[in-house]
Amino acid sequence: MSLQFRVEKREQGSALFRTLATSASVLGALFVAGFLLLSAGVNPAAAYMEILREALGSTYGISETLVKATPLIITGLAVSVAFRMQIWNIGAEGQIYMGACGATWVALFSGLEAPLILPAMFAAAFVAGGLWASVAGLLRARWQVNEVIVTLLMNYIAILLADYLIYGPWKNPDGYNFPLTAQFSDAARLSEYFNTRLHSGFFLALFCALAVYLLMERTIWGYQIKAIGSNQAAARYAGMKTGLAIFLVLTLSGAIAGVAGFSEVAGLQHRLQHGLSPGYGYTAIIIAWLARRSALGVIIVSLLMGILLVGGDSLQLSWQLPVAFAYAFQGLILFFLLASDFFINFRLRRVKEDADA
Amino acid sequence: MPKLLQLQHIRKTFPGVVALDDVSFSIAAGEIHTLLGENGAGKSTLMNVLTGFYAPDSGSLQLDGQSVRFSSPRDSLALGIGMVHQHFMLVAAHSVLENILVALQGVPLLFPRRQLRSKIEQTIDEFGIDLDLDAPVWQLSIGAQQWIELIKLLMRDCRLLILDEPTAVLTPQEADKLFQVLQRLKQQGKSIIFISHKMREVMEISDRVTILKKGRSVTTLEAGEFNQNKLAALMIGGDKIPEWQKSLPFSDELVLEIENLAVRNDRGLADLDNFNLQLKKGEILGIAGIAGNGQKALAEALTGLTRVESGRVLAAGEDITRSCARSSYIAGIAHIPEDRKAIGIVPDLSLDENLILKNFRAKRFRHGVFQSRSAIRNNAIEKVDQFAIKAGPQGSPVRLLSGGNIQKVIIARELSEQPVVLIALYPTRGLDIGSAEYVHKVIAEGAGNGMSTILISEDLDELYKICDRIAVIFRGRLIGYVDPANASREQIGLMMSGEVSA
Repeated sequence: MSLQFRVEKREQGSALFRTLATSASVLGALFVAGFLLLSAGVNPAAAYMEILREALGSTYGISETLVKATPLIITGLAVSVAFRMQIWNIGAEGQIYMGACGATWVALFSGLEAPLILPAMFAAAFVAGGLWASVAGLLRARWQVNEVIVTLLMNYIAILLADYLIYGPWKNPDGYNFPLTAQFSDAARLSEYFNTRLHSGFFLALFCALAVYLLMERTIWGYQIKAIGSNQAAARYAGMKTGLAIFLVLTLSGAIAGVAGFSEVAGLQHRLQHGLSPGYGYTAIIIAWLARRSALGVIIVSLLMGILLVGGDSLQLSWQLPVAFAYAFQGLILFFLLASDFFINFRLRRVKEDADA
Repeated sequence: MPKLLQLQHIRKTFPGVVALDDVSFSIAAGEIHTLLGENGAGKSTLMNVLTGFYAPDSGSLQLDGQSVRFSSPRDSLALGIGMVHQHFMLVAAHSVLENILVALQGVPLLFPRRQLRSKIEQTIDEFGIDLDLDAPVWQLSIGAQQWIELIKLLMRDCRLLILDEPTAVLTPQEADKLFQVLQRLKQQGKSIIFISHKMREVMEISDRVTILKKGRSVTTLEAGEFNQNKLAALMIGGDKIPEWQKSLPFSDELVLEIENLAVRNDRGLADLDNFNLQLKKGEILGIAGIAGNGQKALAEALTGLTRVESGRVLAAGEDITRSCARSSYIAGIAHIPEDRKAIGIVPDLSLDENLILKNFRAKRFRHGVFQSRSAIRNNAIEKVDQFAIKAGPQGSPVRLLSGGNIQKVIIARELSEQPVVLIALYPTRGLDIGSAEYVHKVIAEGAGNGMSTILISEDLDELYKICDRIAVIFRGRLIGYVDPANASREQIGLMMSGEVSA
């Protein structure tokens, strides 16, 4: 008698089941990543302990984890707002750069002083990120141009544009020709805490999460975004202006990602430099997916990613593992997550062959 | 007669639903066997089992006495079982000939087109079908498209033909033609499974009738053992159809006037052409016509979903021709759309949220830009009670509700702002008798309160039952009005095919 399995659609899974499935997929990724570690001659258990100890075992470790989580929370929120409307913003990376450029321009060239300079930098970053994404929004809303392609390709333009500024007109004249802008004045920096690199950008990120939660769950705008995301035809039939909404939501998504650029230059780097973001905008896509589009979920997942990034750095030092390991692990998580989505929506059932068949 | 196909104790379940519980029946060679049952009785599931789309959970299928098991439609087609679906599987941009050729099996790589063409022409002539092989499919009427589907099956030498409500899209005259063809096929020894709701057709054509009810085969009757009343009684199983009380006489006050309305579709063809209609206060006006004669364009033009090319729509004397979807809702025009799942609901949002889809901006549902959750919840509680909606757990997505309940959600929402005019497209299609009855009751009650309804339906029984007047539409034009109290079905049928005016 042969064994056969059949795929069946599940009834609505419970929230608990979804959370368990998501957790299981992270564990599954840890398990498979263990083999990668083994192949590099590292004991996985020791490596995972090392990651935890490094990221959470000291004030310094915790503060570094929060520092890493800050841009991830903000960009994760940015991406998840668009996801709710089935709009795929793959361009958060470029929008971070544009936001950083906007903030940097205000910091170095506007001539503003405290207390106006920080709010102006924030606003410039918000506007610059939003304008950048609005191009894709306009193309999508008006001519149905696929926003995945446009936002993705505009990343390269944004990064090269930032490089042009850093290597060219904005290069620090006293910088011995290094590709850096001048340092920001103290007035243009976010405050830091506990003698660590933790800066108020982290609290800005939490504030953004609250704002996004309220927007999505409590306002008539969030209601429209969700309605359009679920069934665009029905939303249009109900009189919603779907084209305008697509444009505005992509713009908002870019604007929020721009805020991450502000937070990075004003809080951490205090100047615009090459390699400003090591791919936060792409990690944000994984985060938004893992968080299942909830704002609280984005915070939790971003913190986990922060642990992974900080711990991954220490693996480089302790065992000379390449930094690519952390990214391989992120990729594994996404794979397992897609698999868990399947199991959330479907179940396998063993089929017994009929006796007479 | 030898049995061609025998089904025994077929059972098929979906999560939370027993679609087929226990179905057994058989078909002989050269028999026309009708499957009769309400919507939701399991007819479509059964057909999908027969054609290999679904594998049954248990039970057996025997063809020519051999046990068979289909794992895909390819398997059942290979054994000579073919189906004409309600939704045709045709490539609209290709010609009739190309669509038929695509369906042929075992044709050499460089196929002898001319030879195949003459073979197809032979079949067409044999049955006296009127079909232009070179016309692109999209230009053809729905009836002609159905012929293509049928010819595809004949060219594949199918022994068992399954027709799923084939007459739903046909004029009475076209249906008669179809029946002649089916009788010829029967004489040639083909077996036919015929699915229909229409009692008169069932009486006319069936050798045997099997009645399905709630996923079970209730009984099989031979010709002569049944009449219309008996079939209806078995189908709805003792549920008495209540007598219908027509609404009170309506006034002569016009609430809606359509003057020379023209609407073109994506292809630039006229969906509505010089269309005129007058709707009086408190009346239920039926629009009879074969599907695709402009009904959808009419509803969309009135509800602001499509652009009007020329002509005017006056509501209470005010020109609303170029209003958008929401402003016409605010102006008091409610709409029950044809495709309720595609545009009627937002599937992932909850019942509460779906009930305010059109009036979420109303002051009572918000404080500034923030939604008032309590008001939205209370609204839902009220509607669930008022419209007898069977709601799932609070907050669960509305897509999990049954078709009848989804329709009630839409109706509850559309009627919640006391509309002046209701435009209902096929509002009872796919609903069981109980839900359909409820929809009729709601429309009639609205009429009693002064609401005027335009009821677009293909179901003449429905139109006769509740309408005060029936307007017949053909190729985007109004053919005329009839009074259901003294117009015959034949008269309306001829008007529907454009052969006579009122």
